[in-house]
Amino acid sequence: MRKILIIGATSAIAQATAKLFAEKHHALFLVGRDADKLETIAADLKVRGAHQVDYTALDLNEFDKHDSMLEQANTSLEGLDTILIAHGILDDQKAGEQDYTKAEQALRTNFLSVVSLLTPIANRFEKQRYGCIAVISSVAGDRGRQSNYIYATAKGALTIFLQGLRNRLQSANICVLTIKPGFVDTPMTANFKKGALWAKPEAIARGIYRAIENRKNTVYLPGFWWLIMMIIRHIPEPIFKRMKL
Amino acid sequence: MPNSYQSWGRFPKVSQNVHPVRWRKKPLTLPDTNSVLPYGLGRSYGDVCLNDGGTLLATRNLNHFIDFDKETGLLRCEAGVSLAEILELCLPQGWFLPTTPGTKFVTVGGAIANDVHGKNHHRAGTYGRHILQFELLRSNGERLLCTPTSNEQYYAATISGLGLTGLITWAEIQLKRVYHRAMHSESIQFTDLEEFFDISAQSEQDYEYTMAWVDCSSQNAGRGIFFCGNHITEEEIPAKWQTPSRTHTMPFDLPGFVLNQWSVSAFNWAYYKKQRQKSIKKLTDYDPFFYPLDAILQWNRLYGKQGFLQYQFVVPYEDHKIIKDILQTIAASGLSSFLAVLKTFGDLVSPGMLSFPRKGVTLALDFPIKGASTFELLERLDDMVREAKGVVYPCKDARLSARNFQAYYPQWTEFSKYIDPRFSSRFLRRVTE
Repeated sequence: MRKILIIGATSAIAQATAKLFAEKHHALFLVGRDADKLETIAADLKVRGAHQVDYTALDLNEFDKHDSMLEQANTSLEGLDTILIAHGILDDQKAGEQDYTKAEQALRTNFLSVVSLLTPIANRFEKQRYGCIAVISSVAGDRGRQSNYIYATAKGALTIFLQGLRNRLQSANICVLTIKPGFVDTPMTANFKKGALWAKPEAIARGIYRAIENRKNTVYLPGFWWLIMMIIRHIPEPIFKRMKL
Repeated sequence: MPNSYQSWGRFPKVSQNVHPVRWRKKPLTLPDTNSVLPYGLGRSYGDVCLNDGGTLLATRNLNHFIDFDKETGLLRCEAGVSLAEILELCLPQGWFLPTTPGTKFVTVGGAIANDVHGKNHHRAGTYGRHILQFELLRSNGERLLCTPTSNEQYYAATISGLGLTGLITWAEIQLKRVYHRAMHSESIQFTDLEEFFDISAQSEQDYEYTMAWVDCSSQNAGRGIFFCGNHITEEEIPAKWQTPSRTHTMPFDLPGFVLNQWSVSAFNWAYYKKQRQKSIKKLTDYDPFFYPLDAILQWNRLYGKQGFLQYQFVVPYEDHKIIKDILQTIAASGLSSFLAVLKTFGDLVSPGMLSFPRKGVTLALDFPIKGASTFELLERLDDMVREAKGVVYPCKDARLSARNFQAYYPQWTEFSKYIDPRFSSRFLRRVTE
């Protein structure tokens, strides 16, 4: 049985992934901003078969509370061996271009808060010499483009941070998984026009579940995004900078 | 507007805003002016799930279970949970839906709002009979706990209320004990309607589930195959069981001309002749037994881009002749239907105010839309049904006249007192104009 901490547990992808863990009778601790939502999800996961579900409500922008939250999760589940970090915001690119404080806020939520969480988690796992750290980054972080480069900067930085962490924790037998979803049909993207490239959160969740079980390093979800991003990464900059992406 | 929000018949095509509802405990956020209508999985055939010019409250994210008692089979869940999800959770623990329509891809809220029925109507009645309580969220923010004894008018109006009385946030359902996913099934050929009624009377004694496929495309209109089944008992649990898992997706819209009088006749002929013996008994998995069409995802694309009309009515049992007349009218029109389903309803009364099922015999038909002649035929059938003191099923309708609707359901004036002032649908506007 895994003892899983899910951060950003009310997101559509996290919920769908938690269901898969619940069906396999794992124990879960959920963290999100809204206690009502967490209670709804916790009850659902219990009915679906989770061995145990607890939760705490926390605004993850309050970095100084990260440590006590981790302690609470650890006490509640009597140990931790799997972390899924799924929180994030899709910031308003145009607003961030005009107002640095907005860009800073997006970087804090999407990147720095994860660093703040992973620092004590990594140290804990390094000491216990087992565990899996899975973090949702994004295909957006593979290359900066005008339509969302503040979001992409946070996700790109996150991807690089995880590369380094993976390298460091390799010798301690800790798995560090970078998850790069493409377009996902979630409430975060409710106002986007959807096309053939869009995937359901349930499909992404199955990919995350498999990647955690198989101790993967990096996964693109769905897998075809690997090819798309490979092409996008290889477009020469003199051409790329003229493109409207 | 995302084109995924249509009705199952894909007619009419309308445009509306979509607003997802995610959390049952949060207040409803409503648009400033126009009306709203809950929309689950869009399996209603006609326009009871459409709200042109208004907003759809997409309920699919209200898909959390709340509580399940393995000992008593009492399930409480949000209204956007699908029947497929309930089966996935509960069947391995020995519990089955109290009654189920011919597809499991409907939400609990949709099943209540249309007061759906299944092959066991003669034993179990409609879905609404098994809903012990639910919460109704009104546009003014009021939350009504509806049971047969509290807020009972809203309970009665919401079951079969076509989503118009407010948003159902969660419901409590009494499931039914079963021992395994395997079913005893029997299929029996019949050559005419007289034989259908004989078999029906007989098998309702022996079988919990009954229905028939009937050919209505040729001179042989009235012949068909009768299907019946029972869940197996505890003693009969097989040691090994192969669960069918294959589904196919209809990958494209079939061009409209493919389904015509001749191809449908050929299909019906082959379907009837496929069974070589008079009667076949075997063990069947519940999935193909209850949901043969669910194996082909998006089967509605068979009818092409222009969509199709579904027509279901019930007429009092005494009157076999009207069924024969209607089948002959359809056969004579040359507008064929290849998914015609015939069943007798029992006399168990639904708590739902506008509920469709009632004692009698019901026939459900699919019609590809071939212009005005299709609509004229159905209007002729409407009148025949009305004269026979029968009613047509709103859940499947996209073209019924206000005059006929109000004749079928005189209780609609009483019902309309419970309609939420901010809720509306294309169907409502059409039949109350």
